[in-house]
Amino acid sequence: MILGPIRVWQRNLKVWTKHYQASLIGNLGQPILFLIAMGVGLKKEVPEINGLTYLQFIAPGLVASAIMYGAALETTYNSYTRLTIQRSYEAVLMTPISAKELALGEILWGATKGLLAGVIMLAALPLFGVIPSIWTIALIPILFFEGIFFAALGLIMTAIASNYDFFNYFTSLVITPLFLFSGIFFPIDEMSKFIRPILYSLPLTHVVLAARQLCYGRITPMIFIYASVTITLAIFTSILASNMLKKRLIK
Amino acid sequence: MQQQKAISKYEDKNSSISNNNSKILIVKKLKKVFGKRTAVNSISFSISKGQCLAILGPNGAGKTTTIHMLVGVVEKTAGTIEIFNRFVPDDLREIKKKVGVVPQIDNLDPDLTVIENLVIYASYFNIRKKIALERADELLHFFALYKRRKEVISNLSGGQRRRIILARALINKPELLILDEPTVGLDPQARLLIWERIERLKARGTTMLLTSHYMEEVSRLSDNLIILNRGKIIVEGNAHELIEKIIGPEVFELELSPNIKIEDLLEKFSQCDIAVDKSPQRLYIYPKDKERAKLVEKIIKEFPKWIRRPSNLEDVFLRLTGRKLRDI
Repeated sequence: MILGPIRVWQRNLKVWTKHYQASLIGNLGQPILFLIAMGVGLKKEVPEINGLTYLQFIAPGLVASAIMYGAALETTYNSYTRLTIQRSYEAVLMTPISAKELALGEILWGATKGLLAGVIMLAALPLFGVIPSIWTIALIPILFFEGIFFAALGLIMTAIASNYDFFNYFTSLVITPLFLFSGIFFPIDEMSKFIRPILYSLPLTHVVLAARQLCYGRITPMIFIYASVTITLAIFTSILASNMLKKRLIK
Repeated sequence: MQQQKAISKYEDKNSSISNNNSKILIVKKLKKVFGKRTAVNSISFSISKGQCLAILGPNGAGKTTTIHMLVGVVEKTAGTIEIFNRFVPDDLREIKKKVGVVPQIDNLDPDLTVIENLVIYASYFNIRKKIALERADELLHFFALYKRRKEVISNLSGGQRRRIILARALINKPELLILDEPTVGLDPQARLLIWERIERLKARGTTMLLTSHYMEEVSRLSDNLIILNRGKIIVEGNAHELIEKIIGPEVFELELSPNIKIEDLLEKFSQCDIAVDKSPQRLYIYPKDKERAKLVEKIIKEFPKWIRRPSNLEDVFLRLTGRKLRDI
C-alpha cells in the first residue's frame, strides 16, 4: 500500500532529473529576487522590526513561500500535464497502483519539490548575512507538511480543472494573496484588530511565524499551534485531494 | 517417454473436464450507464486459457468502455467481472498484477528513454530493477527495438512507440493480455510486424482480449469474436463460421446509376431469397450458395459496373452494423 505512492514519486524524480536545472531556477528565482529587492532595497527605509533588520524579518517567510510555490505549481501545471497531455495517469492505473495511491504519490512529490526549494533557500541565507539558528532543523518537518498541504491543494485544482487557464484563478486568487498577506512582509500584530484574525486564519501565516521563530531561536509555545495547524491541514487536504482525483480518474 | 505421454494425456483429459476452471475471464450481464447514455448494455462473454477473443464494433460501440471496466478505470453499473477466479473491483490489485494492457492511446513517458519507460512501469508491479532490466532487454529483442533502448521516446516513430507499449504491457509476464486497438493509425509495415509478434505470443499460449475495427487483424489473431453495436452483442462466434452463416461464400457489388431501376432488382432478389444491402452508391448482394450466385450473375450481367468477390469478415460487420456512417 505504501509502496504505490513511492513508485509514483520515483517516476517523477526520474523525469525531474532530466531537466532539474530549469525546474530549480523556476522554483528559487522568485523568492531570492524578492529577498534582494525588498530586503536589500528597503534596508535603509524600513526600521528594525522586533530587533530584526527588514531582510532578516522577511527571509524565513520567503523560505516558506518558496515551498508554497514549488509544491502548488508542481501539482497544478505539471500534474495536469501528466493527467491530460501525457496521459501518464492512465498508464499507472493499468497497473496494481490505485488512483488514491497515485494521488498520494503526486502530493508527496509536490511536497518534495517544494521542500527542496525551501532547503536550498535556507542554505543560501548566510550569503545575505542571515545566519539561521540550530532550531532551524526543527523547522524542516513543518516545511515538509506545508509542502504536503500546498501540493494537495494544487492537486484539488487539477482534479477540477478543464484547462490550464483555470490555474490562473488559483494563482491569482489563492497563491498570490497568501504570499502577500501571510505576514512575510509585515508584522501581523501591528494590523488593526479587525484584520488580524483574518490574517491569522491564513494557512501560510502559521508556517511563516513558525519559520521566523525557529530561524532565530526565539521560540514561544505558539510553535505547537503553528505546527499542529499545518499538519492537520496537510492531512485533511491530502485526503480530500486523493478522493477528488480518484473521482476525476475513475468514471 | 511413454510414461510422459501418458501423463500429458491425463492432463489433457483433466483440463477438458475442469472446463470452467480453464476460463481466464468471465463477464456476465455487464452494463455501464453514463448519465442517460447506456454505453454497454448487459453483455456476457468469456475467454478460455490460451484463446484470443476479439471485440469488434464501430467507434462508440462500447469496446473501450468494456475494457476500462475490466481494469477498473470505469466502474460498472451492473453485472459481474471475474478474472483468474477473482472479482472486479474487489480483487482489482491482485488481478492487475497478472494483466497486461495495451491502451488505445500513446501514454509512454515522452521525456524518458525506452528502457527507462519499461523499468519504471515494472516498478509499479514491484518488480525488482535487476529483473526488470533483464525482461526489458528480452522484450526489446523480441520487438526488434533493442538498438533503440537508450533512445528518448519523443524521437521514435508511431510504429516503434506502439511496439514499446506492447513490450511494456508484457513486462509483468501477464496471464491475460488486453489489446485495445493495438495497430490503430499505423502504416502496413508497422502493422504487419505487430501482428506477427502477437501471433508469436499467441503461439506461446498467451490469453488475449483484442478490440479492433480492422477485420484482417481480427481474422488473423482471434479464435472467437463478438460484434458489439450500440453497447450490445449482436453476434458471436468464429470468424469463418460467421462469414459462412451470415454472408455466404461470395459477395456481388453493383455500382448504382440513375438509370438502374432498383425496386425491380430488389424485387427479383427477394423472390429468390437472396439478401441485399443498399448504400447510396452500391448494392451488395449475398447469395447463400452456388445456385443463387449463378442467378445473381445472370441478373446483373447486363449492368456495366459490378464485381464478384469472396466474402470476408468486413461484410459480416457491415451487414450487421449498417453500411452508413452514423453519428453517435
